Amino acid sequence: MSGPAITLANASAAYDGRTVLRGIDLTIRTGERVALMGRSGAGKSTLIGLIHGQAAERIALVPQASALVRTLSVFHNVYMGRLDRNPTLHNLRNLVWPAAADWTEVGRVLGRVGLADAIRAKAGALSGGQQQRVSVARALYNGRPILVADEPVSALDRAQGAAILAEMARTHETLVLALHDVALALAHAGRIVVLDEGRIVLDAPSRGLDAAALAPFYEPAA
Amino acid sequence: MIAGRAPAERASPRALALPKRRPAPGYAAVSRWFVALALAALLAADLHVSSLNPWGELGRLLAGLARPDLLSVAGWSIVYTVAFAVLGVGLGAGAGFLLAIPFARSRLVRVLCAALRAVHELFWALLLMQVFGLSATTGILAIALPYAGICAKVYSEIIEEADLSALRVLPAGTGAVSAFAYARLPDVAAAFRHYTLYRLECGMRSTLVLGFIGLPTMGFYLESAFRQGRYAEAGALLLVFYALIGTRRLWVRAKTLPLLVLGSALALPPMIGATDIGASLSRFLGHDIFPGPLRGAPLSDPETCARTWAWLRPILTDQVLPGAANTLILAQIALVATGLGALMLFPLVSRRFAGPLGRPLGRVLLVAVRSTPEYMLAYVALQLLGPSMLPAILALSIHNAGIIGFLMGRHADLIPYRPDAPRGLNLYAYETVPRLYGQFLAYLLYRWEIILRESAILGILGVATLGYYVDAAISELRLDTAVVLIGATALMAVTVDALSRLLRRSLRINTLPTRLAEPVRHSAAVPDPRQRPA
Repeated sequence: MSGPAITLANASAAYDGRTVLRGIDLTIRTGERVALMGRSGAGKSTLIGLIHGQAAERIALVPQASALVRTLSVFHNVYMGRLDRNPTLHNLRNLVWPAAADWTEVGRVLGRVGLADAIRAKAGALSGGQQQRVSVARALYNGRPILVADEPVSALDRAQGAAILAEMARTHETLVLALHDVALALAHAGRIVVLDEGRIVLDAPSRGLDAAALAPFYEPAA
Repeated sequence: MIAGRAPAERASPRALALPKRRPAPGYAAVSRWFVALALAALLAADLHVSSLNPWGELGRLLAGLARPDLLSVAGWSIVYTVAFAVLGVGLGAGAGFLLAIPFARSRLVRVLCAALRAVHELFWALLLMQVFGLSATTGILAIALPYAGICAKVYSEIIEEADLSALRVLPAGTGAVSAFAYARLPDVAAAFRHYTLYRLECGMRSTLVLGFIGLPTMGFYLESAFRQGRYAEAGALLLVFYALIGTRRLWVRAKTLPLLVLGSALALPPMIGATDIGASLSRFLGHDIFPGPLRGAPLSDPETCARTWAWLRPILTDQVLPGAANTLILAQIALVATGLGALMLFPLVSRRFAGPLGRPLGRVLLVAVRSTPEYMLAYVALQLLGPSMLPAILALSIHNAGIIGFLMGRHADLIPYRPDAPRGLNLYAYETVPRLYGQFLAYLLYRWEIILRESAILGILGVATLGYYVDAAISELRLDTAVVLIGATALMAVTVDALSRLLRRSLRINTLPTRLAEPVRHSAAVPDPRQRPA
């Protein structure tokens, strides 16, 4: 383990004047695999937003909505992960006539999420689960060291989800994942951070936790 | 590799259930066809600049526009402009409202409305002038007739789209009028008001164009100011006109409406020209518009048929065909230029591209462009560049690109971009344009028919489209020929409208908004939290 990758000190966030997060102290070190958990509405996505805002230039993001451009091909959607690091002229040319090297590279990344055959398909023609994997592929292709993902496998079954998470872990040392599946979180994260009503209520290594220990945070609020 | 761990996907290579059915022609294919046809049309088009010093003239024009001489504006022309627009649009919208009720059920009403709106208000004016002379009746009816057809169609669409849940729970036996007034009208009233106000804006532009053929609106003074190079006066007239349009929400209100209508009726200019309307109407309908060889000849006589054909054939080969070809060429180039222009202009009014400072400026520019009637733009361009297709192309594409660009900018601001979206040209090319492209095509295909009708009209300025031949026929008092030509124009407009609807349906963009008056609906946008770390 080395230095901190992300540091939030007493951070808060509000939507339209309503406080969503308050008093957040969170340090994530390089090499850590953190699962953010909690009921829907607890503030996970907002915290993901804060983390992304903190170090956008080191983060590959999988946003909650897959945010694909439905009218473009899967190739173009994945290629978008690196638009900022290629010359604009090259990007425009790829829109019309994809370069062979980029095509191969994108195809390789798509293979990692099991979608190598879909490279020519229109993103809008894919199923929800396939779109989610394209969104993951875009972040993998982005290649920045810290992978931050907001419910990246929510539309997949547990076996597929596990495979995608393992693939993400293969190339990214530092992972921050918002997850709602307790078993997946315990299996793939080294550290569990639980949010409730905008605060961090649990922050512990996953080794000492089991599903029963996390259950209280998922019961309906009294 | 992940496949090893995902048995579900390993099991069969076809597990990737991509829909095989591709939508017949895609966005790209349709766009390529339109561009290819426009390039072919460019080869056939006459685009030369014949004026000796276009830049010098443009400089004088801009200098004049920059120093408007507000005192030179004829006050009554403003009153007449408003009066013609209010009465013409009021009459047209009222008739349109009545026609909208049977519109969906009656084929006859639909055909009648299609015919009314397929003829441009300028052609209506040229025909009406033969009966009513250069009078207020001509001006008002020239606006009211086509607007009735347009309003009937749009009102009926609004009624069709409305929420019907309230209608279903009405007690059985509720009369049709009560049901309409209680369960339908309240839901559609806002959309009606929006659209009618937009039509009033169009009506004001139409009165300007009618001024160019002699009615005493601001258009009349604009034309003479431009023709005689009094650009300071032209600038002042334009400024007043923009102000009228820009403030229309202030002076057109429920409370002021009765006053506006009454005032307009009282303020109408006196009759000029023809006096005995009954006689001229019966001569027009019973004699003038009939093909010459048919007048007073027995219809059953084969001789008459032969003579009619001998009369019709040269009209078809020497006027309709070349006129239609030129109209299509002009419309095709203008349509594609409009598309390119809109794609270039919309970033000016979009928050992500223009920024908080640039966007208001962009809006002012595009609203000014959209408020300027294309006919007037073409007239000015003609003065600067000399007669060819170029002025017409410039006018049509600038005006329409302003309209579509403005609307696309509003749609662009509603796109829910992901937090790590790229910026600048990358955002434009990869996110914004692909996401807006369906909407863009919907607007463009909708404008296609309008651009075609305008292309025909601009012939009056000297490009040899159908309007050129209509104008010539009318000035030689060959009204029978004019009616054939106007009928051909209407037929082309109806055909293009049908083609456009067909294309929109096959591209599955027929449900996207195309009406310019429509408030842009907020899509289910992902909230964009303004996170602020403390």
